[in-house]
Amino acid sequence: MIGRIHSLQSLGTVDGPGVRFVVFMQGCPLRCGCCHNPDTWDFAGGEEYSAVQIAEKIERYKEYFGDDGGVTVSGGEPLMQAEFVHELFGLCSEKGMNTCLDTSGCVINDTVKALLSVTDRVLLDVKYTDPELYIKHVGCDYCGVLNFLDLLEEMKIPTVLRQVIIPTLNDNEENIQRLKAIADSRSNVEGIELLPFRKICSQKYDNMGIAFKFGHLCEPDGETMRRLNEIL
Amino acid sequence: MYKPTVWANWCHTDLPFCFAIGGMEDYMEHKNWNGFKGQLWRDEINVRDFIQSNYKEYTGDGAFLAKATERTDEMMQKVQRLFKLERQMGGVLDIDTATVSSLTSYSPGYVDKENEIIVGLQTNRPLKRGVNPFGGIRMARQACEAYGYKLSAEIEEEFRYRTTHNDGVFRAYTDEMRLARRCHVITGLPDAYGRGRIIGDYRRVALYGVDKLIEEKKKDKKALESQVFDAENIRLDEELFRQIDFLGRLKEMAQMYGFDISQPASNAREAVQWTYFGYLAAIKEQNGAAMSLGRVSTFFDIYFERDIENGLLTEDGAQEILDDFVMKLRLARHLRTPEYNELFGGDPMWITEAVGGMGEDGRTLVTKSSFRMLNTLYTLGSSPEPNLTILWSKALPQGFKKFCAKVSCDTDSIQYENDDVMRPIYGDDYAIACCVSAMKVGKQMQFFGARCNLSKLLLIAINGGYDTTSGIHIGPQMPVLDGDKLDYETVMERYNIYIEWLAKLYVNTMNIIHYMHDKYAYEKIQMALHDTAVERFMAFGVAGLSVVADSLSAIKFASVKPVTDANGFVVNFETMGDFPKYGNDDDRVDLIAKEMTHKFISELRKTPTYRNAIHTLSVLTITSNVMYGKNTGATPDGREAFSPFAPGANPMHNREQNGALASLNSVAKLSYDDCRDGISNTFSITPDALGHGEGQRVDNLVSILDGYFVKNAHHINVNVLNRETLMRAYENPEDYPNLTIRVSGYAVNFNKLSREQQREVISRTFHCAL
Repeated sequence: MIGRIHSLQSLGTVDGPGVRFVVFMQGCPLRCGCCHNPDTWDFAGGEEYSAVQIAEKIERYKEYFGDDGGVTVSGGEPLMQAEFVHELFGLCSEKGMNTCLDTSGCVINDTVKALLSVTDRVLLDVKYTDPELYIKHVGCDYCGVLNFLDLLEEMKIPTVLRQVIIPTLNDNEENIQRLKAIADSRSNVEGIELLPFRKICSQKYDNMGIAFKFGHLCEPDGETMRRLNEIL
Repeated sequence: MYKPTVWANWCHTDLPFCFAIGGMEDYMEHKNWNGFKGQLWRDEINVRDFIQSNYKEYTGDGAFLAKATERTDEMMQKVQRLFKLERQMGGVLDIDTATVSSLTSYSPGYVDKENEIIVGLQTNRPLKRGVNPFGGIRMARQACEAYGYKLSAEIEEEFRYRTTHNDGVFRAYTDEMRLARRCHVITGLPDAYGRGRIIGDYRRVALYGVDKLIEEKKKDKKALESQVFDAENIRLDEELFRQIDFLGRLKEMAQMYGFDISQPASNAREAVQWTYFGYLAAIKEQNGAAMSLGRVSTFFDIYFERDIENGLLTEDGAQEILDDFVMKLRLARHLRTPEYNELFGGDPMWITEAVGGMGEDGRTLVTKSSFRMLNTLYTLGSSPEPNLTILWSKALPQGFKKFCAKVSCDTDSIQYENDDVMRPIYGDDYAIACCVSAMKVGKQMQFFGARCNLSKLLLIAINGGYDTTSGIHIGPQMPVLDGDKLDYETVMERYNIYIEWLAKLYVNTMNIIHYMHDKYAYEKIQMALHDTAVERFMAFGVAGLSVVADSLSAIKFASVKPVTDANGFVVNFETMGDFPKYGNDDDRVDLIAKEMTHKFISELRKTPTYRNAIHTLSVLTITSNVMYGKNTGATPDGREAFSPFAPGANPMHNREQNGALASLNSVAKLSYDDCRDGISNTFSITPDALGHGEGQRVDNLVSILDGYFVKNAHHINVNVLNRETLMRAYENPEDYPNLTIRVSGYAVNFNKLSREQQREVISRTFHCAL
């Protein structure tokens, strides 16, 4: 099976537990205003690799993974190439490497279910907890991500909820409380990670000649992040 | 706490060795050895056996560690004030220009006599540097002048009638050796300064006392009487005379400080003091490039534990003794010229102390004192010296691994070397000289040989024996390889001819240097603290490995057109197309680098060495990667003329495209079997890239180190810091007086690097968060 890969990063320490090899898939149907990887959107971009090729590359780093680490597939949106990631994760699992999927949860179908059956852990990006904001800034229905989370619970896949904190949009207590309620009501959610909105990607937008939708917004300050994290 | 009463009875003059009849054998027992177990070490000089028979492994964490005592804080403030003064004086506080440095040539010096626990300075005042002209009078003279001093007329006069090491070497150098030196294809050779890289087993002074060491050396000298007196044995006979002579002077030196060290140390404080006297004698006698300490922590631990068990010492007290010892090490200095500093930036001494590792029996050699030694980076603050080197094994206790990783994150002051690849070769009582050179303590030594410039050699080969930067014709003379596109096979064939030529020249040059060093600047006290039958290495080195690997990769996988000057010599290259670059875990180029080191050591081995030393090779540059680059024209990999090389075995700056682990994997492919003198890799990562929060960073760094070393990599320097910190320190040095970073096998105070070296360090790859 051939997949389109945006890039490979041999050392990831912020996308899942421990030391991880991160595969960034190419192509995403969403157009989130805060996206820091606009170069992963185009489904025709990236480079083609077979799942076997990527699995062989990852295996060269197995010794670094320790007890907690492994491989994380991010993107782009990995669910758009679920068949490829399914094969890749299958190969990694066979070799005893822990698999982690970093996704927005925007697709549910049988291929995705098959993929989840070989996924050890999911980082689920719940972009907003307000349905109106969600549809406005993500472009699809809020129910999607909740349904995806239900599926993860049903399949008993340990999950961490993640959210990018964007000033004026979701940097408020009510949002965090809602996020917490979502987490608390699911038996498989192990934690919540709040990530500060960052604008270092604005150069990428400039280079690509497209508008950075949230370019006018500020980065949250340390105090805000601390306050919101305290609620958790 | 420091309790003076404990030490009241520590200068003993009573009867030392008693002979007791034990069955069929006589054995010696000394009252200061009370409570120690084991036999072999009593029968022969064998510190390893003493350690193995008596040490207590520690598998816990650092929670037991003590903080600095008030006394230590006050003492350290005094030392800091001295450091500040030294900086204000332009890097050298004072020079005694009228005395030739030796064991007893200065009156005793103190920082604060009343409150010091461990005493002894190189000269009569802290940070005052002595002159040591035995390596070369010119170097001593220039070093004085560089700091506004003048070497005394008496010394100048005396050395008119003495042959220095430097004089001897230049009497024997051939024309070709001089040319190779002048065009910088071989650079940094220890032909005008002390060679260093020899580690005396300073622990022997504490364990046995000096009288016993003299007695054993006398036996060795006596044993020579039955031998044929050929040149080798006559030399050894004279060396033994000089060793015995200097062991006597070692006792005198200690006596000047009020200590009789003829007998074994009776307690922990004495054990540390006696050992330090051994080391102090070495740095008074020799201004060798690297004057490493060895592996003392676990040895000391046996004494600490005995005293603690007997209620003579507390944890505070143990830490206090080590703190005072380490303060003395931080005050050690040699007088160097500015040219020397270009090669070995930051005023280093390489007081390398190997910490940790595993024993051959499977027990860890980590003790509480391994932690205490690392703890000095907290009790006294971070520092480049001593050069604390962790001997890492997958099997090290988790608590120690985590503590080391925390120390790296907090201080950027320590380095790691692979015990699992070294232990099978050197056993479990080896130490590291300088940065990465392993040797069995007291049983092996090395002849240091700096390094040759592999990138320049490639350019000389392409130009058929002409160096465009110096305008010197050297080596076999052949037509220039020009044309539209360099052919890989042709270039390799040509390059091999020049590697063969240089390897032979390099060995012969080293033979002369070390013959003369033995003759005119022999390390009397350090060799007295070795077995008489010592095994020798001859340590060669290469610089510019990543530049050569990438250049050959460019020739092989892209299209490289040589650009010639008016005289028809190649001075630049037009490289079209992409090519694999070392540092991305791509075998196509990584194996070129590996093969290059294999080829070079294989060629070196073809020329016999002085005293049958074993040929070894390092991939290490200290800070000379800047200078080597400055003397090297443009290379086919796209590196501009005269710009720095990457340090040691590092990939070239910012050519790593696949992240930190890919870079580590590339370096790990170099074979330690080919590079037994070490493979240095300096790794800088931002805190964010290592994880969120201290706990994660520590765990992740442990995983990275485990993975890297399981892949049989040899060495890594770890810096956890942001480039911006260095940029701020570059702009406002006074705000960062103690900023310590690892550069290449050692650590430096960032402010002590030249501006050029600082810029190079800032331009290195920093592995960042995605």
